[in-house]
Amino acid sequence: MQVMQRQAVVMSATGAGEADFGHEPASGGVFSSDYKRHDDLKEMLDSNKESLKLDAMRRIVAMMARGKNASDLFPAVVKNVVSKNLEVKKLVYVYLVRYAEEQQDLALLSISTFQRGLKDPNQLIRASALRVLSSVRVTIIVPIMLLAIKEASSDMSPYVRKTAAHAIPKLYSLDPDQKDALIEVIEKLLTDKTTLVAGSVVMAFEEVCPERIELIHKNYRKLCNLLVDVEEWGQVVIINMLTRYARTQFLNPNISESVLEEGGEKAFYGSDTEDEDDDVDDDDNSERRPYLMDPDHRLLLRNTKPLLQSRNTAVVMAVAQLYFHLAPKAEVGVIAKALVRLLRSHSEVQYVVLQNVATMSIKRRGMFEPYLKNFYIRSTDPTQIKLLKLEVLTNLASETNISIILREFQTYIKSVDRDSVAATIQAIGRCASSIGQVRDTCLTGLVLLLSNRDDLVVAESVVVIKKLLQIQPDKHSDIIKHMAKLIDTIQVPMARASILWLIGEYCEHVPQIAPDVLRKMAKSFTCEDDIVKLQIINLAAKLYLTNSKQTKLLTQYVLNLAKYDQSYDIRDRARFIRQLIVPNSKSGALSKYAKKLFLALKPAPALQSQYTDRDHFQLGSLSHLVNSKAEGYLELPDWPDAAPDPSVRNVELEEVISTSEGRIGLLGDWREVPEWTKRGGREKKTEKKVEKPFYSDSDGDSGPTESADSEPASGSGLENYSGMDSESESDESEESESEEEEDKKKKNEINERKRDKETESDPSIAEGKRGTRKSTERKNASESESEEEEESESESSESESVSEQESESDTQTKRKKTGASCTSRPPAEKPRTVSRETEMRALLDLDDFVSTPPSQVTLISKAPPRSLVSDLEGLSLTPPPLTPAAVCPAFGSLRTYELLHRIRGEGLGAEYCFSRQPFIPDPHMVSVQIQLTNSSDSEAKSIHIQEPKLQSGMRIREFREIDVLPPGEMVTVVMGIDFCDSTQAANFQLSTQTRNFSVSIVPPVGELMTPIFMSENEFKKEQGKLMGMNEIWKRLTVGAECRRELALVQRVTSAANLGQLPCGTKKESVLVARFAGRTVSSGSLVLVSVVLQDDSTAQLTINCERMVIGNMLVKDVLQALSQ
Amino acid sequence: MTTIGCNCRLIAASVQTTEKEATALLVFPLKEEKREKNITEPSTVSPGYSEDCLTPLRVKPGVRMIHSLFLVNSSGDIFLEKHWKSVVSRSVCDYFFEAQERASEPENVPPVIPTPHHYLISVLRHRIYFVAVIQSEVPPLFVIEFLHRVVDTFQDYFGVCTEAAIKDNVVVVYELLEEMLDNGFPLATESNILKELIKPPTILRTVVNTITGSTNVGEQLPTGQLSVVPWRRTGVKYTNNEAYFDVVEEIDAIIDKSGSTITAEIQGVIDACVKLTGMPDLTLSFMNPRLLDDVSFHPCVRFKRWEAERILSFIPPDGNFRLLSYHVSSQNLVAIPVYVKHNISFREGSSQGRFELTLGPKQTMGKAVEAVLVSSQLPRGVLNANFSASQGTYTFDPVTKMLSWDVGKINPQKLPSLKGSMSLQAGASKPDENPTINIQLKIQQMAISGLKVNRLDMYGEKYKPFKGIKYMTKAGKFQVRT
Repeated sequence: MQVMQRQAVVMSATGAGEADFGHEPASGGVFSSDYKRHDDLKEMLDSNKESLKLDAMRRIVAMMARGKNASDLFPAVVKNVVSKNLEVKKLVYVYLVRYAEEQQDLALLSISTFQRGLKDPNQLIRASALRVLSSVRVTIIVPIMLLAIKEASSDMSPYVRKTAAHAIPKLYSLDPDQKDALIEVIEKLLTDKTTLVAGSVVMAFEEVCPERIELIHKNYRKLCNLLVDVEEWGQVVIINMLTRYARTQFLNPNISESVLEEGGEKAFYGSDTEDEDDDVDDDDNSERRPYLMDPDHRLLLRNTKPLLQSRNTAVVMAVAQLYFHLAPKAEVGVIAKALVRLLRSHSEVQYVVLQNVATMSIKRRGMFEPYLKNFYIRSTDPTQIKLLKLEVLTNLASETNISIILREFQTYIKSVDRDSVAATIQAIGRCASSIGQVRDTCLTGLVLLLSNRDDLVVAESVVVIKKLLQIQPDKHSDIIKHMAKLIDTIQVPMARASILWLIGEYCEHVPQIAPDVLRKMAKSFTCEDDIVKLQIINLAAKLYLTNSKQTKLLTQYVLNLAKYDQSYDIRDRARFIRQLIVPNSKSGALSKYAKKLFLALKPAPALQSQYTDRDHFQLGSLSHLVNSKAEGYLELPDWPDAAPDPSVRNVELEEVISTSEGRIGLLGDWREVPEWTKRGGREKKTEKKVEKPFYSDSDGDSGPTESADSEPASGSGLENYSGMDSESESDESEESESEEEEDKKKKNEINERKRDKETESDPSIAEGKRGTRKSTERKNASESESEEEEESESESSESESVSEQESESDTQTKRKKTGASCTSRPPAEKPRTVSRETEMRALLDLDDFVSTPPSQVTLISKAPPRSLVSDLEGLSLTPPPLTPAAVCPAFGSLRTYELLHRIRGEGLGAEYCFSRQPFIPDPHMVSVQIQLTNSSDSEAKSIHIQEPKLQSGMRIREFREIDVLPPGEMVTVVMGIDFCDSTQAANFQLSTQTRNFSVSIVPPVGELMTPIFMSENEFKKEQGKLMGMNEIWKRLTVGAECRRELALVQRVTSAANLGQLPCGTKKESVLVARFAGRTVSSGSLVLVSVVLQDDSTAQLTINCERMVIGNMLVKDVLQALSQ
Repeated sequence: MTTIGCNCRLIAASVQTTEKEATALLVFPLKEEKREKNITEPSTVSPGYSEDCLTPLRVKPGVRMIHSLFLVNSSGDIFLEKHWKSVVSRSVCDYFFEAQERASEPENVPPVIPTPHHYLISVLRHRIYFVAVIQSEVPPLFVIEFLHRVVDTFQDYFGVCTEAAIKDNVVVVYELLEEMLDNGFPLATESNILKELIKPPTILRTVVNTITGSTNVGEQLPTGQLSVVPWRRTGVKYTNNEAYFDVVEEIDAIIDKSGSTITAEIQGVIDACVKLTGMPDLTLSFMNPRLLDDVSFHPCVRFKRWEAERILSFIPPDGNFRLLSYHVSSQNLVAIPVYVKHNISFREGSSQGRFELTLGPKQTMGKAVEAVLVSSQLPRGVLNANFSASQGTYTFDPVTKMLSWDVGKINPQKLPSLKGSMSLQAGASKPDENPTINIQLKIQQMAISGLKVNRLDMYGEKYKPFKGIKYMTKAGKFQVRT
């Protein structure tokens, strides 16, 4: 078959290029052959046979690939644009796009085909016609292109619209004068709601009119929300654009800290691996400072965060730079992990990432400190990667880790790679200069290196030592002496020059040696390198000035030698110095100051990273990488001093983004639609406003408006309880009764509201317990969105921010509500509004968890009935991730422990108990209820907590300071302690205005957990996973009183805060009771099962990931059961 | 302007097209007023100074993203070029060659090279440099990632990505590049879409094509781009429905001279080969998802579901893909599967060095350590090595000083060892540097982190697929310092 084909070709070619056809067309053969004429090709293209045309086109494409000119075939090729064969057609397109620019007139031949294609009913043909039409760079068709683009931009098909967006930059580069018309099209396409278009149109925006930032306003929220579903390349472009946008529209979130800069940041980053922690930190911050993040700013940060998980390194980098440039300091930490992950990628990726990490690590050292080891050098790394890793390691060096880093450096010095050895020595020098306490160690280390056999190592060390000695020259004259000796052996010019300079500079420290060195150098002067010669002259001059007696002649000699040197630099220098130092009649006034000139105190060089200050370039950009402004680089604007009007981003009644067009990927059914996309932002606010009084009324006294004006509140997370305190001040037993009722009422209301929020479709959720269970079953995503939202609000890490946003938007409404006065008031008024804001936040927390605080307070006297508590659970309080939702704590009698005896406390007594309530401000904390009694006869003032002394990792959230405790009164407060799942005591000081009492709280192991709900099957499954070391079982005999199930359960639950599984199987005479819980801090499962046999023996089994906890718990439960 | 029209007519006549296009051209609509506009325009723009004065803020238009691509082999020849916009002369690569000469090792060529008018961003893979020419600001990773994606696609299409393979398939390469980039901006990079557009060459298809004259460009139009799941082809059919998942973990470690671990980490990936009919919706759950610390997903994975439940839920692409790559949290101690006893010493003054190396299994949970390969760059002073291996074979390259020892499987009863002497350059002093030992190994049927897949469920389709999961542990960058 092939032979026949070839014959046909040969015949048609009529001997024009027979030799060429020894090769298979369209195969590798075309590369080796070297045909000059294209006549055969032309004939093949003109033939009627599609296969011949195809072969010809393939050969032409191969020529293009090799960079051979095939333009003379243009007329023959362009006709085939109408070919029926798709491949021929495509190859003709390829050819056309390449050569049309050179043969504009001929190219016009093809245009009408494309024009026809633009009207095709098939969207894909329309799209490809537009694509080729716009790629042909022929100026004359600009109007046609513009028309085509305009039409396509309102095409039905998003794919065609995407192509239109792609065509915009092409047209713009062809004819920049079409800018205005194109901007119109861009403006239209920006409003497109499909993910397919978003990336492309933003790309067009960036190329055509990046300065028209106002076009983004209306689309900002949409872009943020679509972002996750946009294809990867579009994501990069959008994120980069939004970074710039945010810089112009929002306030600097670090504004209050920027003054302190490096100061306290380290503490923040210590724990930032956990998302939850971040948000907690963030809360703290925002309470401390008069800054409120714009909800849109928050929206951007939140929606980009999942993209850190992208497989596309460019996307990860884009998000990382966004966080670096826009996020509050406390949140930037999340990007470190993702960036470190990229270090596993190809070496080119590593190269770019490390450059960026180097810049970031200067500003935010703490961020990368936990990942120090990931920057260790491997011998297989390419040199450029090694150098960058050294840079990062040096940037990360601090007093705490310097010893580890130096040990690493020691191994690097032994490397085979010369360049990296040299860089390591420089790195040591930098560490030494920045960290004072290791300077001596480094210096001795470097001096040791001076005896190294490798020239390069020695030379580099000398240079570095020179820089270090400049910092403290007095202490190190012996090193200078040592280096003076080295001048005999070292040959590297830079090192010799450095030594000479050192001796000259500190010749007073080595008065004996210096002249001798000069003598030696004078001898070898002629064969030295230029840089060394200059230093010899320098040395001579300095010695002449300090010790002219000994060195006068030597200096003269050296200067004479220099006078006739080949290099004019050296001749010049010699002439200059002679005039300056040797006094003669002609020398001017300057020679008087010669000493001052030469022996001026020189400032020590600052050994600085070359990456300092590179962050004025947007990270991840080309300009940042090459450290100079690349063409087309758009400056990252500075933060504005005052936020521009945020309302520009409000959109009229924006519908929920059409998911039908979007992909099912990533978010799919699980798309969480933030509230402001559902309704217009403003609308939502007004709605809140209406709701507000309802809650605050039910809370009793502190209505938002009054409190804002009357109470100067000091904001803290525990604000919520303050109202309660005042309530419980009066008679307690009576109070509890009525309050309980009130509670119930409140809860009903809340449930009502809850139910309203959940779509009306499911009214059966009234019962709290069922609500809980429902939420555990929720895996099949089909639930209503609002419920989904509720869920995530309380459990995911983003939850916090949601509520924060709400509160922020609330405060805004609030501000508006309190009248125009607020907005019009000058900044002097500011602090006050701030405190009001915090107050607002506190109130809002109260809204969200309104039911808990009262029960926490009233608990002392009486636990609320169980049903009520389970009602609370319907509100789903922070179930730990991955769990079947948490269930109500079981209430046994609460044991109280003494914190401070009233005699020791001089009248102030304190008792604490573990209330077994979830601690709302932080789910990882155990809530401890403290009852303070003042039995003295004077007031105890400002009772608060001071100086917590905690084991590492433990945290305390203090209760709000109690201003006054009158004599005879008693008050109950709640504080939260994160015990880190250990039974270590939390020590702190309980202080009054006058006295401090050190006290400690020791948690029984059973209080470190919180009950969870799970089914029996789940229980068994989990139990199956926690076998072996994690399982502990004991056999025991139980007393008669424990033989009933109820009693048994009570005993166990009083010993440990666990929840009983709903159905204890009771087989004949065997009673099985199962309990499940989770440790509060780390969320490890704790499973307890008791099997009660007939013969009064029982088997206790505890499964727990943490063996220590398991062991302790066994003891406690055993004790409880055998009592 | 009028001359152009004439030209067209002339040329149209001269080429004597049989097609109707030529006539269509004659009625080519260029309205009179538009022509006039075209004529007047240059006068407002052309004087250079006025342009600058009028629009000082204007950014130079349309030069973003990838401008051209050159493929350079290791001997410094450009063997393929492709331009997406106007042509950039290949002389721009001279800057690259300069850098290539300066670099001691091929991988030391800087990935980004600024030149007076362009930037060259290059990627080295399979001993081919892919050099992209950039004219203005673009995130470098954007280009690098794209180039790697190109290489992956080539590999996917041709099996290998060598110079020969690219030259043999130059047309397919060109077609691919044309589809992947539009005006320098990535268009279709999903291999499933590309395969719909351009069929990968197979031997069978080449034969069929030559006989029937059919093409390897897909006859259908790329429906994938319009789909809600762009990564999956539509209308997939298999007779055997199978889904295989490989959990592959790599241990990166640096082991100290004394045998203590300086740093050790586990990085894992789950590679999948899914051949399922229709639109299956899969969920994959783990026994111990807590182990996964930092994850990155294929775009098909539903992120929210993972966040909420730690379950991977996805509509898989057709064929091979990487579902997930993860990092095992650093709190977990990493089991180091092998230990190395080494004694490498040079005596001062003598021209001999001693070399002893013994490998043994350490924490392998009873599994055999296989495919062990030890390599080490010996000091420059070493002239030759004379070893004896108790097992496997060793080679020493006196030029690169690279020692490599193919050990094979470690037998715990009889530990493999390599002993012998090295001869040093006469008179040279004892080398300072210590060689680093790199180890490669494989352990089958075990993921060293203990990660276990719990179950795989399929929804959306009726049939019962065959499911398979394989575990493997490898050494990643595993180094022992001596």
